[in-house]
Amino acid sequence: MSLRTTARALPTMAKIGFAEAVAYRAEMLVWMLSTTMPLVMLSLWSAVAKDAPVGRFGQAEFTTYYLLMFIVRQLTGAWAAWQMNHEVRTGALSQRLLRPISPIASYAMENLAALPLRSMVAVPMAAIALFVVGPSTLAPGKFWALVPLALAGGWTITFLFNIAIGALSLYTESSLKIMEIYFTLFAVFSGYLIPVELFPGWLHGAVEWLPFRFQVGLPVELVTNAHSWDEALRLVGIQWAWVVAMAVGTGLLWKNGLKRYAAYGG
Amino acid sequence: MGRYLKLLWIQLRSSMLLALQYRWDFLVDGAISLFSAVAAVAPLYVVFHNRDSIAGWTAPEALLVSGWFILLDAIIDGAISPSLNSVVDHIRQGTLDFVLLKPADAQFLVSTARFQPWKLTNGIGALAVFIYSFRQMGRTPELLGAFTSVGLLGISTVLLYSLWILTVSAAFYVVKMDNLSYLFTSIFDAARWPATVFKGVVRVIFTFVIPLALMTTYPAQALLGRLEGTTVLFSLVGTAAFAAFARVVWLRSIAKYTSASG
Repeated sequence: MSLRTTARALPTMAKIGFAEAVAYRAEMLVWMLSTTMPLVMLSLWSAVAKDAPVGRFGQAEFTTYYLLMFIVRQLTGAWAAWQMNHEVRTGALSQRLLRPISPIASYAMENLAALPLRSMVAVPMAAIALFVVGPSTLAPGKFWALVPLALAGGWTITFLFNIAIGALSLYTESSLKIMEIYFTLFAVFSGYLIPVELFPGWLHGAVEWLPFRFQVGLPVELVTNAHSWDEALRLVGIQWAWVVAMAVGTGLLWKNGLKRYAAYGG
Repeated sequence: MGRYLKLLWIQLRSSMLLALQYRWDFLVDGAISLFSAVAAVAPLYVVFHNRDSIAGWTAPEALLVSGWFILLDAIIDGAISPSLNSVVDHIRQGTLDFVLLKPADAQFLVSTARFQPWKLTNGIGALAVFIYSFRQMGRTPELLGAFTSVGLLGISTVLLYSLWILTVSAAFYVVKMDNLSYLFTSIFDAARWPATVFKGVVRVIFTFVIPLALMTTYPAQALLGRLEGTTVLFSLVGTAAFAAFARVVWLRSIAKYTSASG
């Protein structure tokens, strides 16, 4: 499993992943429909902000925020936990383990390879809507330079959460219940449903100490004038600290879990 | 008819026995449901932290809607989705053949295949939310309204079940669908808000296409004594039509079933 063999196999794995995404395009559509929650929340907050703005959020700000949130969710999507649960239960993980490449790398490529197709529908749609709302609610150019970094960090954290929860299915038979809990926490604390700056005091404190906000919240905050430049840099730094910490933790969880893998079914 | 009642009893009993076997699930499910009940209320808390009332709903009134949301969620998790999730597995693996071979209606068999009684403990959480929000309002529910809301609970269960049947029918056409239940719950999630808060297209969708309004908002309005009789009547007729439609779609989809590998 040297780094070189992995690097050589990456393009092929990406191709396979892309072909799979095309083959299961109906499933992709279902997935996209299930990520329309920001648009529902937009409708709700628009009603709330009709008479007077909430914090610094007027109707235009809410529209920008939730459209961007919709895009970022498409770009940072990962679903390896479901795959892993299924493969551990049916024993299909054995095939992955036989290949001379770390299963984690192959999950990553499969998940990443579907992104172009997923964003092909969502991004233009939301971009047009964003253009109609107007650029006045967006941050100046230098903040945009941080976006690729924040997006990469956000995707990595989401992916690592998936791998960690998927690895838990090696310890218990199924970790889908944990996935449910994770998703509930994510929805509340990431800014996915509600911009974190609208949280009242103590809840806001909780957000600061949890990783969820760095998954989808941070990239959106960066381009909607939520932070000063110094604060933005600090947050991206914390985000990548989370990436490193989670990579170590997930690696341990996966390594130890694998020893318990019994390859049932088949 | 008597035969189907007997069948239902047999299926229920086997689920009960299974549930007794996994007694620890009672604690795990209990903990998870308590947690999700709190999480269900959190967004509400944030919104009403910024406003006293939204579209005519005060915080305790909106909390009532959340209570119904928690209750219906318990019904879905306990009685509807376990069975229908297994249909998706059957379709994928081709084992639906065995169900179809049995001399009883296939929809009945698959819909009663599994119950998770422990999940119904969520109902207690919903009751606590009801009591709390009425105490906050400093009043009691209307008696007639309480009866109406129980009736509406029945209607919305039928409605949810029909929606599930429609979702499952989709699995006959697109086989790889691990996340059908995920789609369902993420759309149902919007039911925690009073439907009248939404505007425009979203509101039309939640009233007529995916009638979330009927499931949580109307029962809450009934408890508050604000629901009109005609709305109840329309709900009844609409749900009957919806259930009939789901039945037709199911029959058509199952006719398309060609069995998978095996």
